[in-house]
Amino acid sequence: MSTALNINSPTSRLSNVPALEIGNLAVSYRSHGEDHRVVHDVSLEVRPGEVVALVGESGSGKTTTAQAAIGLLAQNGRVESGSIRLNGTDISGWPQKRLDSIRGSKISLIPQDPTSSLNPVKTIGEQVAEVLQIHRQGRGTEIEARVIELLARVGLSQPELRAKQYPHELSGGMRQRVLIAIAIALKPALIIADEPTSALDVTVQKRILDLIDELRDEYGTAVLLVTHDLGVAADRSNRIVVLKNGRVQEQGPTDEVLAAPRSDYTRKLLSDAPSLGKGRYVISRVKDGSPADADHAVIVENLVQDFHLSARRATFRAVDDISFTVRRGTTHAIVGESGSGKTTTARSIVGFNKPSSGRIVVDGIDVTSLSGESLRRFRKTIQLVYQNPFASLDPRQTIFQVIEEPLLNFDPLPREERVRKVEAILDRVGLPQAVLARKPHALSGGQRQRVAIARALVLEPKILVLDEAVSALDVTVQAQILRLLDELQQALGLTYLFISHDLAVVRQISDTVSVLHNGRLVDEGPVEDVFQNPGSAYTRELIAAIPGQRNAFLENSVLNGASQ
Amino acid sequence: MSGINTTGRSLLRGDAGILENSSSFRSSLALAGARLVTKARSIQLGLVASWCVIAVVVLWALFPAWFTSHSGTVGVARQQLRAPSTEHWLGTDALGRDLLARIIHGASQSLSGAFVAVGVGLLVGTALGLIAGSARGRMDGVIMRGVDVLLSIPQLLLSLSIVILLGFGTVNAAIAVGVTAIASFARLARSEVVRVRASDYVEAAFGSGGTFSRVLWRHILPNSLTSVIAFAALQFGWAILTISTLGFLGYGAPPPTPEWGLLIAEGRNYIARAWWLTTVPGLVVILVVLSANRISQSFGKVRT
Repeated sequence: MSTALNINSPTSRLSNVPALEIGNLAVSYRSHGEDHRVVHDVSLEVRPGEVVALVGESGSGKTTTAQAAIGLLAQNGRVESGSIRLNGTDISGWPQKRLDSIRGSKISLIPQDPTSSLNPVKTIGEQVAEVLQIHRQGRGTEIEARVIELLARVGLSQPELRAKQYPHELSGGMRQRVLIAIAIALKPALIIADEPTSALDVTVQKRILDLIDELRDEYGTAVLLVTHDLGVAADRSNRIVVLKNGRVQEQGPTDEVLAAPRSDYTRKLLSDAPSLGKGRYVISRVKDGSPADADHAVIVENLVQDFHLSARRATFRAVDDISFTVRRGTTHAIVGESGSGKTTTARSIVGFNKPSSGRIVVDGIDVTSLSGESLRRFRKTIQLVYQNPFASLDPRQTIFQVIEEPLLNFDPLPREERVRKVEAILDRVGLPQAVLARKPHALSGGQRQRVAIARALVLEPKILVLDEAVSALDVTVQAQILRLLDELQQALGLTYLFISHDLAVVRQISDTVSVLHNGRLVDEGPVEDVFQNPGSAYTRELIAAIPGQRNAFLENSVLNGASQ
Repeated sequence: MSGINTTGRSLLRGDAGILENSSSFRSSLALAGARLVTKARSIQLGLVASWCVIAVVVLWALFPAWFTSHSGTVGVARQQLRAPSTEHWLGTDALGRDLLARIIHGASQSLSGAFVAVGVGLLVGTALGLIAGSARGRMDGVIMRGVDVLLSIPQLLLSLSIVILLGFGTVNAAIAVGVTAIASFARLARSEVVRVRASDYVEAAFGSGGTFSRVLWRHILPNSLTSVIAFAALQFGWAILTISTLGFLGYGAPPPTPEWGLLIAEGRNYIARAWWLTTVPGLVVILVVLSANRISQSFGKVRT
């Protein structure tokens, strides 16, 4: 609410010149000698001190629009028509050299991926100083002092030390803060934030978005926030522009768009966004007061996993005394931020890591005692689906070969039998038979994840471990995959172990949950219990970090106000 | 474009129509021209020329009789050290042998030598790298330290020593050159294997019950090979150069054989009287090596 008030003052002061005004923009990419238009007739404006969210799935043209605004289209990209006005000046026809003079000073960019956006061989301080040097802001010691000030401003502890460190010594969240420091160094009129938090954990995401909000308040900077997460847009923006296939579907004040979406696509996005959705797709299968001798598919007892660090004889305890059980046919989620030990736990359960101590029983088999051929046989029971469907499929194999491969590893089946099985499972995951002859690169992210699920299911395992299996996907695709997982669970009686950092998604799919923090179990129980009565401060923090709540609160307060 | 033009022509019959028509025709011509230029640029003339050079040399090696009627080894009396003429395009050497014929006949020597050399390096080096990269641990250490030792010896010295051990001859020289290539192939193959091994799809293959050898064969090997193949093309040029060097130093094919390095060495004595004797074979070697490099570079580009 407070931000909404702050926005009005600079707007009125600076009359009606928008910081960024895009008019009827059309952008095309040239490939194989043909122009493909990807942005059609997009118009939008961002007023000083305002946050406008550009929302859409991948391929909707939101990043292209943002890149066009800052003049950083890919080599084969071209603005076909339309105007891009920065503080009233049309910059769409400017040559790169002229654009250089305003990039960084008048308009700046917070890139998506903090890991690849910093130069690994330069210190943090040098990289922040660079933007000041390019635009000739002061000299030597002045710049140094300004760099420290900026690093402190974006909330980095020990800024003097950070300035001397290299990017690899910083965490993802810290690197994103550095990129923000670079973006705000010259107090630009407009910041374009291209998915600034997609690569980060929810808790870190919240802190970074808070920081951008704060800085905007302080400097009155306009922000164009590119995101696929409607929850983030709902929380952080004054106005929303919804893009699909390069066309504006709808735009307007955030509250209005969310309360009464006019286009079908916005409605679909709203229903798919886990953070804005209303709980589970289906009713939980965990019955209250279940018998004590329930059938457990996975039992983990006092699991400890130490890793030996090569330097000296130090060990690092990734997982510290974790126990939980998973009932057959249900979904258990393991939640935590990166480094919490959730993936290590999953890998121990699948048999990729040997635990340092503790017991893991999967479908009645003690995993810790397995090795060699018995471990290979055990693979039929439990399968892992990876986070990134772009890395988990061999780029040289056809989809048929990918799905067929697990069958070749066990008792030989005649070819017709294998073909029949592959076709059946492909049908099951909702893919057309035509994809069998294609290679992974010809498929979209969601389709690839379906292929990965098909490969995991072709051996008819009883348990599926999903390691952040939907985190890399758009909300719409994510919702489709979650629905598919649910159907499969009901049809095949599968047990899921769902690893995720996203509590909103976990709430939609899981029956029970374990919350991990720094390798320790801090909370557990049925999902709704954990949400209603979080048992630890960390769980509360995780729940508070779910985007899309500010509006929910707003709605509530409006309702309350009306009732009074 | 032409479709628009014809409709334009049929619709507009007046003077203005013709004017407009011709201007649009001109602009469409200009567009077509621009397109041709971009197409030619995308074809890359250098690459085409490189392939042509290699094709010609391969044809020389396979069918030398198509290109010359002269013998590569038998000289003609009283025809010594002739300047280039219509009969002997590149002149003759001190024994009256046609230089062009010797270069053409020498192609098979140099190419087959390079093939053997690259083959030895590729097979042995890739195998070592594959084993080291996928087994890791102690095996990796032993193999790669051995490779380091190989790398630490100057290549020419190593191949000279091997030739001395094996005895003189075209094949032995090629093997000697191949052995020196093993180390770099092993290094490259290992780094590729390590990269591919760490990928999710390899782990997924193990996770779906794949045995070590199957995963190696199905995933690791094919995905590691791309850059190894590109490197082999690069090594091909280098092998021709090294074999020629050995020939020049007298460690390659024995004299009457028309080997390119030997040609350069023999022609050197007459550089004042007949500069083409040493220059032309040298240029041929340079052309072939450059072409092989250009082609290998294009392999790398397809990948990224």
